[in-house]
Amino acid sequence: MSPNDSPATPEAAAAGHTPDVAAGTAPIITVSGVSKTYKGGFQALKSVNLDIRKGEIFALLGPNGAGKTTLISIICGIVTATTGRIAVAGADINDDYRTAREMIGLVPQELTTDAFETVWNTVSFTRGLFGKPANPAHIEKVLKDLSLWDKKDDRILTLSGGMKRRVMIAKALSHEPRILFLDEPTAGVDVELRQGMWAVVRRLSQSGVTIILTTHYIEEAEEMADRVGVISGGELIVVEEKAKLMCKLGRKQLTLHLQERLAEIPPALADYGLDLAADGCDIVYTYDSQQDHTGITGLLTALRDSGIKFRDLHTTQSSLEEIFVSLVRSPK
Amino acid sequence: MNFRAIGAIYVFEMSRTLRTLLQSIVSPVISTCLYFVVFGAAIGSRISEIDGVSYGAFIVPGLIMLSLLTQSVSNAAFGIYFPRFTGTIYELLSAPVSALEIVIGYVGAAATKSIALGLIILATAALIVPLNIAHPLWMAAFLVLTAVTFSLLGFIIGIWAETFEQLQIVPLLVITPLTFLGGSFYSIDMLPPVWQTVSLFNPVVYLVSGFRWSFTEISDVGVGVSLGMTCLFLVICLMIIGWIFKTGYRLKT
Repeated sequence: MSPNDSPATPEAAAAGHTPDVAAGTAPIITVSGVSKTYKGGFQALKSVNLDIRKGEIFALLGPNGAGKTTLISIICGIVTATTGRIAVAGADINDDYRTAREMIGLVPQELTTDAFETVWNTVSFTRGLFGKPANPAHIEKVLKDLSLWDKKDDRILTLSGGMKRRVMIAKALSHEPRILFLDEPTAGVDVELRQGMWAVVRRLSQSGVTIILTTHYIEEAEEMADRVGVISGGELIVVEEKAKLMCKLGRKQLTLHLQERLAEIPPALADYGLDLAADGCDIVYTYDSQQDHTGITGLLTALRDSGIKFRDLHTTQSSLEEIFVSLVRSPK
Repeated sequence: MNFRAIGAIYVFEMSRTLRTLLQSIVSPVISTCLYFVVFGAAIGSRISEIDGVSYGAFIVPGLIMLSLLTQSVSNAAFGIYFPRFTGTIYELLSAPVSALEIVIGYVGAAATKSIALGLIILATAALIVPLNIAHPLWMAAFLVLTAVTFSLLGFIIGIWAETFEQLQIVPLLVITPLTFLGGSFYSIDMLPPVWQTVSLFNPVVYLVSGFRWSFTEISDVGVGVSLGMTCLFLVICLMIIGWIFKTGYRLKT
């Protein structure tokens, strides 16, 4: 057992807020002060603290080489941490590795498969490796869910890249894990299959499986995740509910489509920091939606007073991608 | 103990063997038959009996050992090297299996395969030369012990090797010469005294000698010494493997 079972989240402290939702449920994974320095001196992780909540979909974002895969590999037992402790549902990943690992299914980033095995055999092999009794009905269901059923007797080397990726997901699901790690699961998978894969992930999530994913497609994280962690240079720079993160860090823009072109912003509107766009046909106002006074009423009044008329307006909110890029470029 | 995992690894490895039946079983049997033809029939007919045993029958235990050693080493080495090479080792490392379970699965399969091979060669030899096995149980014991010990050695090589070349080099440059110089085809007594002494540093001498004793009751060194030395190699290999898993050598970063 790990001493890190308490829901008083170190991550919360690191992210600068008090535990709220997490306080009710004990985290299913607790990462405490984990760092990793590879031979040769490269420090892939710098004292990472993170709690994963039971049943959530957690998206880990970060540029290449940020430490995402290292963190996942440490939790799953493939890489040894230099310092720190990790507990999975209270079981220390070193002292009680059987309990910890039985709960975890891992889909690694690299397409590594036993090329000469059939799909059925390789998926059944994984189930056996995780100590579960043979259950053809479960394997059949997993393969059908992933549209692999008609390929079950084919050797893996005959499959396409997208199918191999799904075989790896099938392997990870073969032993009915409570936690699923998906490291870049949709890389190289076409749009239709990607949708199918996310449908499977959603169903798993609904059945109570905790899902931790990394992806380069930020829109996927935006669509799928409950919470988002951003890792950069081996440090977890932010962990936040996706909605809150987008509110907190997302900026909103109000665009006004003018009836007549403006050559320049009138001096009366100088205080609003407006931008002219579309050759002077649009005025763009950037504001923080979290503030009590967004300044919109004032702006509209000032516009009327200046005799500027507009025919349409719309607001946009920055996407997770923009938030991500700004976070990674200027870490706190 | 995760017996299902051991079973899964064992079945996986054995099915790999069945997929490559030609390479795994047929080719060693053919090459052994060639040895019998060349050494047993062609040359052996000009060599008088050794210690009252015809030369053809004399070389049978040595030939079985030759195949047993090389096949045990290469099977087990390939078995664990291949997942490292392809990357599928991630699955073993992230599964709830202990080092012991992994070793039992891989080494058990490799040893099973080479024991089967040894028995097939023995059966083949029985068709060519008259054979008499004086101590079948001892023969079986030496067969199993040797297969397990050298499969463990192969496992170590498979973890140590970083390229396919390194994987081949130990069997080729170390195991084969030691086997040929280990009394497979001759009795140590036939060597000049200096080389007899040198031979005693060759571990294979003890294996071949003990194994041959179980057939003919003739041995270069005492059977107890043979057994003791075989067990010693076994323990050394186990200790090295224990160290590998403890440190994660070449397995974990």
